[in-house]
Amino acid sequence: MQKIIKSIIVFLFIFVLLVFYNSLNRETNYSTDYLVGNKLTNINLKSFDDNKIYTSEDIQKSRYTLINFWASWCAPCRIEHPYLMQLSKEKNLKILGVNFKDKKINASKFLNELGNPYYYMAKDTTGKQSVNFGIYGIPESILIDNETIVLKKFVGPLNKQNLNDIKEIINSL
Amino acid sequence: MRFKILLIIFFLNLNINLHANELVEESKIHKNLRCLVCQGQSIADSNSDFALTLKMVVKDLIDQGKTEDEIYSFLSDKYGDWILYKPKINQGNLLLWGLPYLALIIGGVIIVFLIRKSSKKA
Repeated sequence: MQKIIKSIIVFLFIFVLLVFYNSLNRETNYSTDYLVGNKLTNINLKSFDDNKIYTSEDIQKSRYTLINFWASWCAPCRIEHPYLMQLSKEKNLKILGVNFKDKKINASKFLNELGNPYYYMAKDTTGKQSVNFGIYGIPESILIDNETIVLKKFVGPLNKQNLNDIKEIINSL
Repeated sequence: MRFKILLIIFFLNLNINLHANELVEESKIHKNLRCLVCQGQSIADSNSDFALTLKMVVKDLIDQGKTEDEIYSFLSDKYGDWILYKPKINQGNLLLWGLPYLALIIGGVIIVFLIRKSSKKA
């Protein structure tokens, strides 16, 4: 019996050590990697000028779509804007810009100043629609294919590396 | 007349109770949802922009008649199990859920064994 108890104590000790080791090596930042491969459903975004609703059908018209969540009050959005302008020239890609919790006049001013890279312009004045895309801050971008499957998700402003990654994916075929 | 007054009181009370249940359920859900942009806070404890948006979404889902589990399922589908303070059992956390019960059973067996052994000696 004593042997069994000793074995259990040793087993528990090793188990606790393994748990600590595993926890110390684990990524503690929230990651959205699991979203890759998921299908986006129930897309229902009001257009920027209020006269249309964008659904999955609109997105499925293009081989690839980059959904970019942005706002005029968001400083990092200015940083990524030149990359979006570059991506807007790509043939296989259309960019859907979702103006997030913003004022229309400020958003228009932002685009007049920096250029408009968006093929589709939508808005989410309350932020509720963005929850459907797993957004928790801006800027965030989601690259999807014509079946609305998530190919890549970018949290934070797009950078040179992200630009190359997107180009590589959309030009891979 | 007295019957009518009693009937009005009954329905008023029923309405208050139903509303109270709805409030309890909503706050219970808020407490189980992690605020992803805060440090160790649920959305119930946070006034961040993200928490306020999520509260609105939860309210909408309740109004649509979704159950608590359906709301958790919808949000974990969008943000992963990390958004839930009490995630559902899956392969990744099976050990976490099962180990306390396993420890309880093993402990119980050891205690029973020791009691039997000591009673035999006596």
